[in-house]
Amino acid sequence: MGGTPAGPVPDASHDFALWEKRVDALMILASARGHFTVDGLRRALEDMGEAAFEEMSYYERWIAAINQNLVEAGVYSLAELGEKMEEVRARAETYGEAAGG
Amino acid sequence: MPHDHPHDHDHDHDGMSPSGHPYRKDQDTGLSYWQCMEIAVRELLIEKGEVSAQEVARQIDVMDSRSPANGAAVVARAWVDPGFKALLLKDAGAACGEMGFDIGPLQLIAVENTAQVHNVIVCTLCSCYPRNLLGLPPDWYKSRAYRARTVREPRAVLAEFGLTLGEDVQVRVHDSTADMRYIVLPARPEGTEGLSEAELAALVGRDSMIGTGVARRP
Amino acid sequence: MVEFTPGARVRVRALMPPGHIRTPAYLRGKTGVVERVLKEYANPEQLAYRLPAAPLRLYRVRFEMAEVWGAGCETPSDTLDAEIYAPWLEPAHAP
Repeated sequence: MGGTPAGPVPDASHDFALWEKRVDALMILASARGHFTVDGLRRALEDMGEAAFEEMSYYERWIAAINQNLVEAGVYSLAELGEKMEEVRARAETYGEAAGG
Repeated sequence: MPHDHPHDHDHDHDGMSPSGHPYRKDQDTGLSYWQCMEIAVRELLIEKGEVSAQEVARQIDVMDSRSPANGAAVVARAWVDPGFKALLLKDAGAACGEMGFDIGPLQLIAVENTAQVHNVIVCTLCSCYPRNLLGLPPDWYKSRAYRARTVREPRAVLAEFGLTLGEDVQVRVHDSTADMRYIVLPARPEGTEGLSEAELAALVGRDSMIGTGVARRP
Repeated sequence: MVEFTPGARVRVRALMPPGHIRTPAYLRGKTGVVERVLKEYANPEQLAYRLPAAPLRLYRVRFEMAEVWGAGCETPSDTLDAEIYAPWLEPAHAP
C-alpha cells in the first residue's frame, strides 16, 4: 500500500485488550513451535484482501491468519475448530465468561 | 494529536491503564466471532500440547514489560557514552544487550538524527516495529494512512505530528520491508549538558524513536 | 546471482507476480544505491507457503524520492531506504 492516497493519520490510541494480547502471544508461541513463520502470517493477511482491512480490526485479522496457518500446518482440523468454537459460544455471552477469565 | 503525550505515572486514573490510555472493554461485551476463535484456537493448542496456559500468560507479561522506556534508556546512554553510541550504530542488538535488554533474534538497526538528517521509520507491507525493545506499536503506526503516505510525503505526515522540518534537513524514510527492525537515535536537545542519564532518558518519547517526533527539551 | 557492494547502483526488477513478496510494489523498476550489505535470510517467498527456503542475501538500498515518485514529488532529494533480496536486484548503469 506504500504510496497510495490516504487521509490523515488517525490519532486514536488504546491499550490492547486481553484477547488481543493473547492473539499476539499465540502468534509468537505457535511460530516458536515451528508451525509457521511471520511470512506465513503476512501471506494469509494479504490474501484476505482489501475488504478485510476495512472491516476487521488488526488482531481480528491476526487470529484469522494464525488460524489459517495452523490448519494448513495440520495442527488441528477445521472440524475440530468448528466443534470447539461451537462449544465456546455455548458457554457464555461475554468474552470474559466464555474464556474463563 | 495525542502521540507521546506525557503521562503522569504518580496518579491512578479511574478506568485508565498504567500508560494512561483507556482500557478497552473486552471482558463484559458480547462475545465476537473473532474472540470466540481466539479462545478456540488457544484451547486447541493447549489440548494438543503445543502451548500451555502458563506460556501464554508469561508471553503477555514479557510483552507488557517492554516499553518505550527501554529504548529511551538506550538513547540516553548513547548521548553520554561515545563508545556505546558507536556500538549502537554498528550493532544495535548488541548495544541493547549490553544494557540488559534482550531483543531476541530481532535484527535491529539504529539510524542517527542530526542537524542535517531526519530519519523516520515505517512498514508499508505490514507493521514491523522494534517490539522486542519498545513494546507493541501504537495504533497509528499500523494505520493505512501512515503506511501509505509516509513513503511518499513524509514531510506532510510529520507536519501532522507537529514536526515541521526545513529544506536544509534531509528526510530519510526507512521502509521496514524484510528482516531488519529500526530505531531512530534522536538528536540530543540543546541545553541538556548538565543532565544525568536518567534525566536525559525522560526526554525521549516513543515517537522520537520512530522519527515522528524529536526528543523533548528540558 | 550478482553480488553487490555498498555504493553499487542497482535496479529493482519490475516483476509483478501475485502472492507474498517482500519487495514493495512501489519500488519495482526503480534504481537506487546499495547502502549496506546485510546477512543472508531464508527466502520469505518460500517461507510464506511453508516450503523449504534457501538463504538469500539481503541488501539495504537507498532511493531518491525523485526516482520513486517523479520530479514533482514532495522533496526530490529526500531518500527512501528499503531491504531488497538479491534475486530482485540487477546491476544498473550510472545515469
